[in-house]
Amino acid sequence: MSAVLELKNLSFVYGKGTPFEKKAVNNVSLSINKGEFVGIIGHTGSGKSTLVQMLNGLITPSEGQVILDGRDIWSDPKQIRQIRFRVGMVFQYPEYQLFEETVYKDISFGAQNRGYTGEELDTAIRKAAEFTGLRPELLDKSPFDLSGGEKRRAAIAGVIAMNPEVLILDEPTAGLDPMGREILLSQIMNYHQEKGTTVLLVSHSMEDIARVADRIIVMNQGRLEMFDETKAVFSHGSDLEQIGLKVPQITKIMQALKAKGIEVPDDILTVDEALEVLSSLLKKEGKLW
Amino acid sequence: MVRDVAFGQYFPGKSLIHKLDPRAKMVCFIAFIILIFFTFNYASLGIVAAFTAFIIIAGGISFKFYFKSLKMILFVVLITSLLNLFYGSGEPIWQWWIIKLTWAGIHRAAFVTVRIICLILASSALTFTTSPTELTDAIERLLKPLSAIHFPVHEIAMMMSLALRFVPTLLEETDKIMQAQRARGADMDSGNLLKRVKSLIPILIPLFVSAFRRAYDIATAMECRCYRGGAGRTRMKILRMQTRDYFSFVTTALMIGGVVVCNILLTSVI
Repeated sequence: MSAVLELKNLSFVYGKGTPFEKKAVNNVSLSINKGEFVGIIGHTGSGKSTLVQMLNGLITPSEGQVILDGRDIWSDPKQIRQIRFRVGMVFQYPEYQLFEETVYKDISFGAQNRGYTGEELDTAIRKAAEFTGLRPELLDKSPFDLSGGEKRRAAIAGVIAMNPEVLILDEPTAGLDPMGREILLSQIMNYHQEKGTTVLLVSHSMEDIARVADRIIVMNQGRLEMFDETKAVFSHGSDLEQIGLKVPQITKIMQALKAKGIEVPDDILTVDEALEVLSSLLKKEGKLW
Repeated sequence: MVRDVAFGQYFPGKSLIHKLDPRAKMVCFIAFIILIFFTFNYASLGIVAAFTAFIIIAGGISFKFYFKSLKMILFVVLITSLLNLFYGSGEPIWQWWIIKLTWAGIHRAAFVTVRIICLILASSALTFTTSPTELTDAIERLLKPLSAIHFPVHEIAMMMSLALRFVPTLLEETDKIMQAQRARGADMDSGNLLKRVKSLIPILIPLFVSAFRRAYDIATAMECRCYRGGAGRTRMKILRMQTRDYFSFVTTALMIGGVVVCNILLTSVI
């Protein structure tokens, strides 16, 4: 597998030289493979958001390099806009960035900036709307007339329409109802599988991350705490709790069962998996037919 | 970035200037600002400059931030002093085409430069060492007499503190929106004037929308706490004058006296 994004000794200091100086990201090195789905977790203020903003050149690292497809993204600062099209970034509460008269026009903003015109532009917009589950009749409405969830979809579509090679989503499901979260997450999964885009998902919800991520980046106080396969990360339950994180509830239950001496694996991540394991176990013991 | 603006920022601290009663600071500040424009010879200008240096040092804030606020108005200072330099009557000491240099012009330029710099430094020192809440409190108390003629002092002060409170919030919001639009390839740093003005639309519209949303939110929050204007309202922090505050009045008075004496005894150079 080839690396699409490589970070080398990346650091970022806020407010250098003022009383408010703070090292937000401290010497992070890692590499992300093409087509991977990577989750990023960490408690509030652990440097997740700062880290992802460096990946598409929105902020310049104080030290270190971000390498996209073998080239340092800052090797030519004039070309940094091109990097932003290739590494799409959806911010927290992206609905606050909507500004156009119609949803269609707003989704087209990024794609137009990338230079798409005519047929190509129209296809990109409609495709993006489809991926995020925006009904076609909503495209002609004003973005300010949409519901909260629809606004969120429209904003995400605005980034997807640029056809980025890497898509970064910062807490895309924050503030949505359980149903909305579920659907949006499946759509992101879908998009990832259909287009083969590398996706980085920042989230506070361990359940969400457990469901979708291949590998997980764990940030703590600006440093890279862990970067490993999802199951491996969540098997370090007590380490995670020490830095203010949790394992998914179902993983915790299974780990507790194992501690009680019941023969179950301790790296179960989803309820469906647990259901399968438990029911086969019960069948074996003859308590379930 | 927008957050780098130093002018008007507050830096918490424990210096003598920080601890002064904001009313005393305000009164002394206003007196000082007026005094700056009543300096007519180098001795009085020196007194004013020395006093500015004194408050900067006593305030204990790094000089770097003062330089930052000076940098913003460097252009204004340059233009005004250049204009004044060649705008003097009297015997020219150097002449070329329609440009002539006179002693009066040189004096005038020097005075304008020092005055503006003192003005900026003093106002920076005031805002660096006084929190916005303290400032509006002071203004409310100082304007209190005006409520006798039905001037809505409390309401104005409340509006001011709300506005000040939202300056950092809106700056942060602007930053976020700019980043989000940049992520969508918005180009704000190149192109001609028209293009640049146009590129502000994707930032201004979301900013206005969110400012209105915040305004509604704060109005609701205030109503939930039964806010109904200034009548009958008491304060948690009551400002009380202390020895050091009276001392600051005395210092200011001495400085005014010094400048007046210098103006009377010495001849004016401008």
